[in-house]
Amino acid sequence: MPRVQVDRDRCKGCELCVQACPQKVLAISSRINFKGYFPAEPRRPELCLGCRICAITCPDVAIEIAVHGCRYNFFDY
Amino acid sequence: MAKKLMKGNEAIGEAAIVAGAQAYFCYPITPQTEVAEYLAKRMPEVGGVFVQAESELAASQMIFGAAAAGARAFTTSSSPGISLMGEAMSYIAAAELPAVFINIIRCGPGLGGILPSQGDYLQATKGGGHGDYRFLVLAPSTVQETVDLTIEAFRLADKYRNPVLLIGDGLIGQMMEPVDFEGRGAPPTLDTSAWATTGCVGREPHIVKTLFLDPNELERRNRKMRDKYEQMKREEVRFEAYLCDDAPELLVAAYGTTARVVRTAIDRLREDGVKVGMFRPISVFPFPDEPVRQLAFQPSVRSVLVVEMSMGQMLEDVERALQGRRPIHFYGRGGGNVPAPEELVRECRRLLGNGQGGRP
Amino acid sequence: MSEPTTIFKRPASMRDAFTHYCPGCTHGVIHRLIAETLDELGLRERTIGIAPVGCSVLAYNYFYCDFQEAAHGRAPALATGIKRVLPDRIVFTYQGDGDLASIGTAEILHAANRGEKFTTVFVNNAVYGMTGGQMAPTTMPNQVTTTCPRGRDVNLAGWPFPVADVLAQLRTPAYVERVAVHTPRHIINAKRAIKQAFRYQMEGRCYSFIEVLSTCPTNWGKTPAEACKWLDEVMVPYFKLGLKKSPDRPPVE
Repeated sequence: MPRVQVDRDRCKGCELCVQACPQKVLAISSRINFKGYFPAEPRRPELCLGCRICAITCPDVAIEIAVHGCRYNFFDY
Repeated sequence: MAKKLMKGNEAIGEAAIVAGAQAYFCYPITPQTEVAEYLAKRMPEVGGVFVQAESELAASQMIFGAAAAGARAFTTSSSPGISLMGEAMSYIAAAELPAVFINIIRCGPGLGGILPSQGDYLQATKGGGHGDYRFLVLAPSTVQETVDLTIEAFRLADKYRNPVLLIGDGLIGQMMEPVDFEGRGAPPTLDTSAWATTGCVGREPHIVKTLFLDPNELERRNRKMRDKYEQMKREEVRFEAYLCDDAPELLVAAYGTTARVVRTAIDRLREDGVKVGMFRPISVFPFPDEPVRQLAFQPSVRSVLVVEMSMGQMLEDVERALQGRRPIHFYGRGGGNVPAPEELVRECRRLLGNGQGGRP
Repeated sequence: MSEPTTIFKRPASMRDAFTHYCPGCTHGVIHRLIAETLDELGLRERTIGIAPVGCSVLAYNYFYCDFQEAAHGRAPALATGIKRVLPDRIVFTYQGDGDLASIGTAEILHAANRGEKFTTVFVNNAVYGMTGGQMAPTTMPNQVTTTCPRGRDVNLAGWPFPVADVLAQLRTPAYVERVAVHTPRHIINAKRAIKQAFRYQMEGRCYSFIEVLSTCPTNWGKTPAEACKWLDEVMVPYFKLGLKKSPDRPPVE
């Protein structure tokens, strides 16, 4: 099951990943980060397909993704 | 190679090659275009880079890139072109990059004319670009001296990691004189491995920049640069005193081509027993304050005459150095006119009260 | 359970620093695409980047390779100087629309026309960002900025400057493409183009130029998502995406 990690303090809460995720895994946290932004966080991690779209969209490289076992390569990147 | 008759502009090109210049970026402008034409042939022969840029402005910024990448780079231009290079001069000095600029001055301001002038003196020594920086500025008066100072300029640029500017004028660029390259060689190559952007193989990346938003950091750099200029004042003053040690009554101050005309005028005056001497600054930044004081404050010297192909610019440095302790007169020609010896003979006689002559 | 394998992380050619860019500003995406390219083509230690004056003036804080910082608009001249004295290094300029399409027009046109073998990534976000949102040469008709408060009037300020299309008219062989980074699909395509540009440079083939339509939520007065939508609906129809010129295809007679 893929694992999405959002670096809470690097994220600026721009929400682009939240809207880009086809599975609606990510949502905006209600706790602000150390800069005062409301960062994104995985709300439904179990739905993640490991497609990397969120990380590709993120302007701040705040998202890292790891997978266990096989991985579906939806597209070349 | 033995003495060779060379045009000033071409001698400058060859001198740069002898000095080990690796990159030359240029733009055509009378009266110095022959440097570019000469180097267009010669640079490829010695494996150097030659680029004719889209403007002097671009040419001078190419120098920034090449110098920050560790190459020995230079450019030549003339007054209007040098004005376009003002921005890069400030950036190159701020980034502490070695570079050589040569200005074969033409008459101005504006498009002016294409005849010789010394009207860029203040631009060279006090102006140029923005911010607290100075150029080390040298002023040759013969083609041979231009060759030697061009080579020396590269050494000084490396020594201070600061741009060096040579100011000649149309005459020096266009005149042919015997030139000797014997015994002249390239200054040692500067080790730029600590800062040049050559690709960060096996080291932390180098960043050559001039933006420092932290005022204290920028002030530190300003002070470091000022220390360099203080060091230049201590170590790089160059001048010539001509016939000044037999108690002359009048001291003439002149540099570059004008100094050669003054020399002829002085010789004629001395044939009639009129004792006149000349102070010729070779470095105009740092200006030879002490030497001109020593020469002007000799008891025999009653007054000083500054002669320039301009409306009076080095005049301000002489006035500053002498602090009002000697009357200072000025004789200037502009528009590209070069003063004739007779004019200066007449002016000297007038000042010494034994001849006629009026201020033009 | 096997050890998790990372399938997406910060490229090595990108420093760990937090960026100063505004939330949702896609400068950050473009930085990452370049850094990923440097990693994947193994170029980091041979690369010298040149930062412009503009929002990305601090690019050297985000790339982990040698960098120079140019005066406004002069990056292509610096790049020419570097590439000419170090022909085997990889040189790229990263420039915004104020830097490249306004004050630096002569420098970019002539670097391309001389066929200098470096790469330019041109970020077109239709406004001067760093100085607070003034009209740029690429500002859209009727787009409101602080220096065209009633919207860009094409009768006074002309039409937006289509740099990629203009450069494509030059006869010197070059690779010129316009891409965008406002949706994941566009970002993936943009990376392909950027990588191709650096490949051409590795081959010493030709000058390569990628215009990247990018967002500026702050100065467009929009949320990051709205900005992406505006880019798609207003900029893309005018600044047509796609390949403008390829060294593989001879110039159009």
